Amino acid sequence: MDVPIEVSEQPGGAQGPITLKAEVRDLSFFYGDFQSLKNLSLPIYEQRVTALIGPSGCGKSTLLRCFNRIHDLYPGNRYEGSITLHPEQLEILDRAVDPMDVRMRIGMVFQKPSPFPTTVFENVAYGLRLRGVRAKAVLAEKVEQALRDAALWDEVKDRLAQDASNLSGGQQQRLCIARALATDPELLLFDEPTSALDPIATASIEELVDELKKRVSILIVTHNMQQAARCSDYTAFMYLGELVEFGATEQIFLKPSKKQTEDYITGRFG
Amino acid sequence: MASGEHTIKQYDQELESLRARILQMGGLVESQLRMAIDCFERADVRKADQVVDADERVDAEEVEMARLILNLIVRRQPAANDLRLIMGVSRAVTDLERIGDEATKIARAARWIHDKDVVVRTPRIRDIRVSAEAALSMLHGALDAFARLDAVAAAEIIREDKGVDEQFRLILRQLITFMMEDPRTITGSLDTVWVAKAIERIGDHSKNIAGDVIFIVQGEDVRHATQEEIERAISQPN
Repeated sequence: MDVPIEVSEQPGGAQGPITLKAEVRDLSFFYGDFQSLKNLSLPIYEQRVTALIGPSGCGKSTLLRCFNRIHDLYPGNRYEGSITLHPEQLEILDRAVDPMDVRMRIGMVFQKPSPFPTTVFENVAYGLRLRGVRAKAVLAEKVEQALRDAALWDEVKDRLAQDASNLSGGQQQRLCIARALATDPELLLFDEPTSALDPIATASIEELVDELKKRVSILIVTHNMQQAARCSDYTAFMYLGELVEFGATEQIFLKPSKKQTEDYITGRFG
Repeated sequence: MASGEHTIKQYDQELESLRARILQMGGLVESQLRMAIDCFERADVRKADQVVDADERVDAEEVEMARLILNLIVRRQPAANDLRLIMGVSRAVTDLERIGDEATKIARAARWIHDKDVVVRTPRIRDIRVSAEAALSMLHGALDAFARLDAVAAAEIIREDKGVDEQFRLILRQLITFMMEDPRTITGSLDTVWVAKAIERIGDHSKNIAGDVIFIVQGEDVRHATQEEIERAISQPN
């Protein structure tokens, strides 16, 4: 797939050369007989935020969940086409590829902050323990690093042994981000990460996304268009399981190529 | 270009009201300018006062439209074609208000020239009138292109500005020659220079308004663009 634009004209002030982190090619997805994704192809660029927008039922969350093979948990689901992780060309959807391996490298944060019913520390350490990390000092260091990266360390450093449910909504969400970051993922998936949060918590998550993208590529599903406009470098507009338009966020929001895209982002839909 | 309706009907009404209002303001400025030109040609001093009064209404319109635009932006968070329309209208409002100011300068100069009862009026009026008609035609064309959101027509208006600029240089050269031949006419000639300059500025502002049409329709900013860049901008699919 061609990389479309030159280094000097990057959206959102992004720096550095543009490379592919992942590539979706002719992806279709079936919930049993129902085809919910139709032949999608799009690039996910390294160190960039890509937003998926579209009306309810357009398939954006379905697409997101293909990346970390969450659909595998339910029988009757079927993938066609491919999602390739770069640089080593790992075929994510290949049956031969262990979903656990995929999920170590591709983390997910959900809409409802969902900390595990355990301490703050253990929440973040969970993925590391699964990987076989046991040394206390290593765990402590990695947990602290992840919490710092999630801009949560200062608020919880004296409460690491407390139950995670004591944290506020915004803090819990950042804890979930720290949990995902602990395993050094290459790609982070956010599924409407701030829908359940107040404006201040939302802003702090968006700020965090902006910081995090320097180290990890981000794919974010949001039904808040202004959030997509604020946070993302690239935007994909989906409708009824199809990709209608993909482009630099500035172009999508200032001069979209498709009338359908324009109708959606200006509030003329439905 | 704007298709279908917003889910929020009030938003549609606000945008429609904005479009109607900019065209009304355009009409007001157009008639103000025509009055100023007549006033200069016929040395009609009473008309000069009318032009000044009209300018007060134009200034008030500018302030009110700026308020409406600000409101639209903060309440509706416009995107894509809506945002381009609102920004384009905002720029056009400023240019229209400046045209009103220039028209007022023409009317005031007419008053002074008349008061001084100067010989200089007769020889140069024909060239001034030609240049004034050209600027008025540019304004009319730009407003027409704005009403129809016609980018091709707008590009044509932009091309016409060269002619108005050239006419100004011509008038200036002639007035300089005139002043050198008879120094008694210097004061009157200088007043005529201000009128010629005002006309040239009106051409520039009309060109800007035409540029705003291209921005609204194509999303391309053609301020300071070359002729080729403008051709390319209007030939893109919208």
